[in-house]
Order: sequence, then C-alpha cells, then structure tokens
Amino acid sequence: MNFDDTPQEAEFRSQARAWIAANAPTQYEEELRKSSLGRTQLKNADILEVAKAWQKKKADAGWACLHWPKEYGGRGSSPIERVIWQQEEGPFGKLSHMFIIGHGMCGPTMMAFAREEHKRKYLPPLASGEKVWCQLFSEPAGGSDVAGLRTRAEKDGDEWVINGQKIWTSGAHYSDYGILLTRTDPTVPKHKGLTMFFLDMKSPGVEVRPIKQASGASDFNEVYFTNVRIPDHQRLGEVNDGWNVSLTTLMNERMSIGAGVATGFPELFDYCSGLMLEDGPAIENAAVRSKLANWAVKASGLKYTSMRAISALSKGERPGPENSIGKLVAGSMIQDVAAYALDLQGAGVISGSEDAEVAGRFQAMLLRAPGTRVEGGTDEIMRNIIAERVLGLPGDIRVDKDVPFNKIPTKGR
Amino acid sequence: MNFDFSDDQKQLRDQARKFLTEKCSPKAVRVVLDGKAPYDSELWKGLADMGFLGVAIPEEFGGAGAGHLELCVIAEEMGRANAPVPFSSTVYLAAEALLIAGSDAQKKKWLPAIASGEAIGTLALFEGKGNPSPKSIKVAASNGVLNGVKKPVADGAIADFAVVAARTGTSGRDSDISLFLVDLRGGGVEVKNLTNLDPTRGQAEITFKDCKAEPLGAPGEGWSILTQVLDRAAVLCAFEQVGGADRALEMGRDYALDRIAFGRQIGSFQAVKHMLADMYVSATLARSNSYYGAWALSTDAAELPEAAAAARISATQAFQHCAKNNIQVHGGMGFTWEFDCHMYYRRANAMALGLGSLTYWEDQLIDRMRKKNAA
Ligand SMILES: Cc1cc2nc3c(=O)[nH]c(=O)nc-3n(C[C@H](O)[C@H](O)[C@H](O)COP(=O)(O)OP(=O)(O)OC[C@H]3O[C@@H](n4cnc5c(N)ncnc54)[C@H](O)[C@@H]3O)c2cc1C
Repeated sequence: MNFDDTPQEAEFRSQARAWIAANAPTQYEEELRKSSLGRTQLKNADILEVAKAWQKKKADAGWACLHWPKEYGGRGSSPIERVIWQQEEGPFGKLSHMFIIGHGMCGPTMMAFAREEHKRKYLPPLASGEKVWCQLFSEPAGGSDVAGLRTRAEKDGDEWVINGQKIWTSGAHYSDYGILLTRTDPTVPKHKGLTMFFLDMKSPGVEVRPIKQASGASDFNEVYFTNVRIPDHQRLGEVNDGWNVSLTTLMNERMSIGAGVATGFPELFDYCSGLMLEDGPAIENAAVRSKLANWAVKASGLKYTSMRAISALSKGERPGPENSIGKLVAGSMIQDVAAYALDLQGAGVISGSEDAEVAGRFQAMLLRAPGTRVEGGTDEIMRNIIAERVLGLPGDIRVDKDVPFNKIPTKGR
Repeated sequence: MNFDFSDDQKQLRDQARKFLTEKCSPKAVRVVLDGKAPYDSELWKGLADMGFLGVAIPEEFGGAGAGHLELCVIAEEMGRANAPVPFSSTVYLAAEALLIAGSDAQKKKWLPAIASGEAIGTLALFEGKGNPSPKSIKVAASNGVLNGVKKPVADGAIADFAVVAARTGTSGRDSDISLFLVDLRGGGVEVKNLTNLDPTRGQAEITFKDCKAEPLGAPGEGWSILTQVLDRAAVLCAFEQVGGADRALEMGRDYALDRIAFGRQIGSFQAVKHMLADMYVSATLARSNSYYGAWALSTDAAELPEAAAAARISATQAFQHCAKNNIQVHGGMGFTWEFDCHMYYRRANAMALGLGSLTYWEDQLIDRMRKKNAA
C-alpha cells in the first residue's frame, strides 16, 4: 500500500507539470479555483471559448483524453497517469466540464461500436474539443426507465427515419454530434426493440429548445426529431441491440471516476475557517465542528474509495457497479453542505448582498445540487444498482418485462 | 501508487478468516457472552500459535515482525468474528505503548509474553465519565507508587499488566501526566468486574493502593505517548469495526434473501434493498478511510493523526449503522437473544466509546485538519 510515484510516474508527472505551467490559461486560474458546482463562469471571457482553446492546445501536444488510443486522439495512458494528470491540471480541469459527456460516454461508445473509418474521422476532433457531443437518451416517458423511450426509427432504404422527442439533453444547444437511442420494434418487450445511432446535430429536422432549469440557467434541452434521416452506417451495434450498446455507455460513465466527484466540503471547510459567528469563530463552535467532521470523513472516504478503484483498474480489473457510490454520496452531500453554509449566516444571505462572493457561491451550489442527484441516474436508481449488482439482492418486480412494448400502459392513476 | 493490500497480505487475511471461522463460531462467542468464561482462552492460545498476536512485534522481541498492515488485516478478521478475546487491549494498546515508549528491558519482559499469549495487557486510562484528557486523570504517582481508581479498564479483570496514565504534576499542562507499567498480579491492586454493554469484552474497575509501578517512557511525556498510542489504536480498531460492519451487512443481506413475506423475498422490497445499499455505502467509506489510516500507520506518516481520526469516526459510524440496521432487516428475530445480531450491536456500541466518544474524535479531526491547513 503506497502513494509514491514509480520512477515512470514521477517522470510523467514532471512532464505534465512543466507543460501545464508553460501552457495553461493562468489568467483564469484564480477564478476557476473559486468556482464550484453551479458556478463555473468567467467574468470577462466566454467560458466555452476558453475551454475549447485549452482542450485544443492539450490535444495538439498529446495531453487530451489521455487514456484513449493515440490513433483516436488520445495518448494511450494508464489509469494512474490519468489521475496524475488530473492532479496536476488542478482548477484548469474544470474547463473540461462541457466535454464530459462526449469524452466520458459518447467517445467510448463510438470506440466500442463504430466502424473503423468513423472512429478515425470523428474521435480526434471530439478529443480536441473542436466538436462537442451530446447524449440523447432520456425522454419524457423514459428517464430512469430508459428502455421506456418512444422515439421511433424506421428503416427506409439505406437510411433510418427518426421521429420523436428527447429531453434533458445536456449541451445539445452547442453540440455538433450526438448518440441517440431509438425504438425500432415496438412489438417486442421494451429492452429488445431498441437501436443506437450517432448523428449530426445539424441534420434537417433536428430542433433544439433550451429548457430553463430550477437554477435559472439553461444547460439542458428538449430535442425534437421530425423525419430526421440517418444513414445506416451510422448505426452503433446491431439492430434491436441498442440496450446492450447503452449499457456500455453507462458503464463507461462509471469509468469517469478519478476526477473526484464534487462534495462541496473543501469549500465549506475553507468558508468555516474564516467565518465569525456571534459567539466567536465558526471553526471553534462545537456544533459546527461536529458537522464538519462528519462531512470530512465522507469526503475523504470517497476520495480513497476512488483511489482503491483506480488501483484495481490499473491491475486490469473492470470498473464495477460499486463505483455508483460516488455520485450517490456526493449528490446529497453537496446539497446539504450548501444549505448548511447558508444556514450558518442566517437571514442575511438570502439576498447574498452582504458577502455576495461567498454567499453567491453557495447559493449557486444549492440551486444546482438537485440536478446532481437526478442526472446520470437518481439516488434511488443508484441504490438499486448497489443492492442488486453488488449485494446480489433480487431485481425489482417488473410488470412490463415480458409485455410487448406497444401493450404497456402509459399513464398512472 | 497502489492503494490496496498485497497478495501476501490478502493470503494472510484468508488464513485468519479460515482460522476464526473454525475456532470462533458464534457458539464459542456465546460461552463468554453468557458469562461462562471471562474470555476464550483456547482461542487466545490458538491466535498466539498462529503468530497473530505478535504479527507487528519485531522478531527480536518474539514477534513475527511482519508489520502494521498485517496487523490491520488480522484486526478486520477479529472484528468479523466478534472474537471474545482481549486482542485490542493487549495488542493495540499495551503492546503499542511498549513499542513506542518501552525501555529495552521492558520490551524484553512483556512483548515476547504478549506474542506467545502468556501475558494479557491493557491500558488504564479512563476514570469514570468523559473523554481522554489530561485533566480527567486523578490517579497520582509519587515515589514509585500509584494511588487512585481507574474505570472502565478494558479486559482489566483478566489482564496481567497495565499501562497506567497517572498524574505526576500540578501545572495544569499535558506534562503533568506520565505513564507507568504495573504488574496487576502484584500487591496494591484491587480489581472488580463491571457489568457492561458488551460482555464478550470485559470491563473492570481497578483500585491502586500504594501500588508499585515503574515508569514507562520519560516523566511528563505520558500524554504525548498516549496520543500516539490512541491514534494507532484508532486505526486498528477501525479495521475491527470495518470487519464487524461487513459481517453485519452480510448477515442482513443473507437474511433478506432467505425470509419470505407477502409472497416475496424481503430483499425484493426497495425499502429493505435501499437500507442494505446504504449499509454498503457506509461500510465502504469506512473501509477506504481505514486503508488510508493503515498506510499512514505503516509508514509512520505525518498524516497519521488526521488519518487516524477520520478512520475512527468513519468506522464507528459504519459499524453502528450496519449493526442497528442488521437487526431491523431481521425484524423480531433480530431482537432475540438467540439470533447473533445483538452481539454485533453490542460490540459496535461498546467500541464506539472505548477510545473516546465520536464527539471526542470529531474534535480531534477538526483540530488536526486546521493544523495542517495552517502549516
Ligand atoms: C442536470 C441534468 C442533466 C441531464 N443530462 C442528460 C443528458 O445529457 N442526456 C440524457 O439522456 N439525459 C440527461 N438527463 C436525464 C437524466 O438521466 C434523467 O433525468 C434521470 O435518469 C431521471 O429520469 P426522469 O427525470 O425521467 O425521472 P423519473 O424516472 O420520472 O423519476 C422520478 C422519480 O421516481 C423515482 N424512480 C423511478 N424509477 C424508480 C425505480 N425503479 N425505483 C425507485 N425509484 C424510482 C426516481 O428516483 C425519481 O425520484 C439529465 C438530467 C439532469 C437533471
């Protein structure tokens, strides 16, 4: 058990450090350092442009998507090298946020299921941030129950014709491509009639409508498909095997461990260390200390859990369902942490006027946090995954399991 | 980086688990629980023969000289088995105090006896309610004799010797406290058994009356040595707690698969599934914090104080959480004497207090984090 770099790792670290020092957009470092969940913006620059420029620079020098093969725009790095990079990249890593879905889910799915010529054509510009990708899975009728989706794909010669609606699609408004899960056979049970594609988001018939979120921001969208045509060679996996393809996508989502999920704890500890309450410094208050300690051990527990996972990965093990705990724990923690940070200051911070910099940060965190508990699988779905796939408990009773999809009731009450 | 136990250490774990499954069945634990024996002396001897008692004691003092990672591995198995032996008091507290502060002669006298199972040791720190603090110590030492009362002393009734924290000054500073070694089989010692939350590990009251004692470590260094001992013990206990939490989770899972209600396995009800998932989460966080503690302990890293407090809090919470929800999953059965759930519930709650309460360790953690941030 050790934390030391091997000589090769140390060499990699010093190369990464030197390159970052010479190339990172350091003028934004302070601002990025202070940004937290819900608030990654730059005052005097368009964050999208800054992010794309940084990603391109990394790609040109061979530092983008480290674990991808070189021919697809990566570096062929080990899991540990990826972690070292993340440690060294520090706050600049926050700029990659807009690429997470493309890099974490779409790319690996393409790698596993696309034709070789497509991989060589589409993956390098995805790695370099020149092209942004989104994931078109969720629908009004199919969120947790993804396989309940209704967007249809019908074969017409060498093409497929798509009609239907997706929802909650992050980044669709600035995406160039997307991976799309559709229904190709409604007469068989729901998991057996799905097919996956990738498509150009500028295709005729694709309409993206931003949704205003609870936080007031608009990071996700509704996407409508009206007679959108996708050539058959952009199909990923076999016809009606889309469920298996999407499982690969979701498993790769879990692989995006290591970046360390945001818990809000470092921000809270920092905040409490400087805060004065009526009866003295917050950090000397027994109730505050107890709260902090409880969150501290959750945050460190998550950190070392992901280190254990990375150690396992580097020994060739596959990322398993046990990695679901990161989002489950961090999601509600960040919500509670943000509420507590505000609670400590009482009525004054409803407006955020007194100490706008700090209060605003926790307000933004609080308003973004509910999304964290829902996106990528809700808390309840994460618990099901742990219970069923880690602990081996029985699956939920599924009344629709053997029913043809078009015979499943669609409304409650 | 490699944040895992080695293959050899995992092999040791399998060996320990196999041994304890055979020699420390719930039935064996119950002999002690029912008060028919103060501890499982046969198991104790077996542990000595396996080399487990001296696994972290250097070879020159009769141990296996393997190290603290190996001791962590064994500790987890002791926790899984709920072993009714004075392992924590002897191995984590007494032996570690000797390793940190003992003279060569003291080590030569006691460490081989610990490794061979001949001597049971303990730490006599508490004096009634409250958490570890120099102020709480009233037992006084002067001219080589001790006077006063210690309670509760873990395994005090069966221990052969104790490391005793006593007052040697009145300045109001930590340096008022010094440590002493006392042969409990000698004169001036009165021992009384106390009823306690977890009878599988006894607690006693020890009264010293002009009891002869020899200094352990330099005078006035007692509190700083104790802090180190408690930090090390916190990591080792955390592994026992993780082992206990894992076992409680496993028992709950197995029962959920077995028991049918409303025509279904109760494990198919989401309320039960999610309760078990949450038990898994707390046990996993505790395990990861404990691994970090194990690394810090085995490398004597500057991070040890913080890592130890984090492991302690996390493992205490996890064991309590898993033990109480294990009973809940078992329903009425879980509340019976006959089922084993309560043994883990007792152990979880007794262990939560043994090295100082959660509040105490929370306080320690925040102090230590502040110190690091200031540095
Ligand atoms: C910020 C954000 C970004 C997103 N980005 C994307 C994206 O880029 N692409 C994309 O495809 N999707 C995206 N999503 C959608 C996300 O994956 C879904 O919202 C999520 O899977 C939940 O589905 P739902 O919203 O339909 O809720 P529902 O499935 O309707 O869930 C409602 C409630 O029922 C509970 N529930 C449902 N099924 C079960 C069950 N079996 N057991 C117990 N409880 C259950 C849920 O936990 C929840 O509490 C995003 C969502 C958010 C909030």
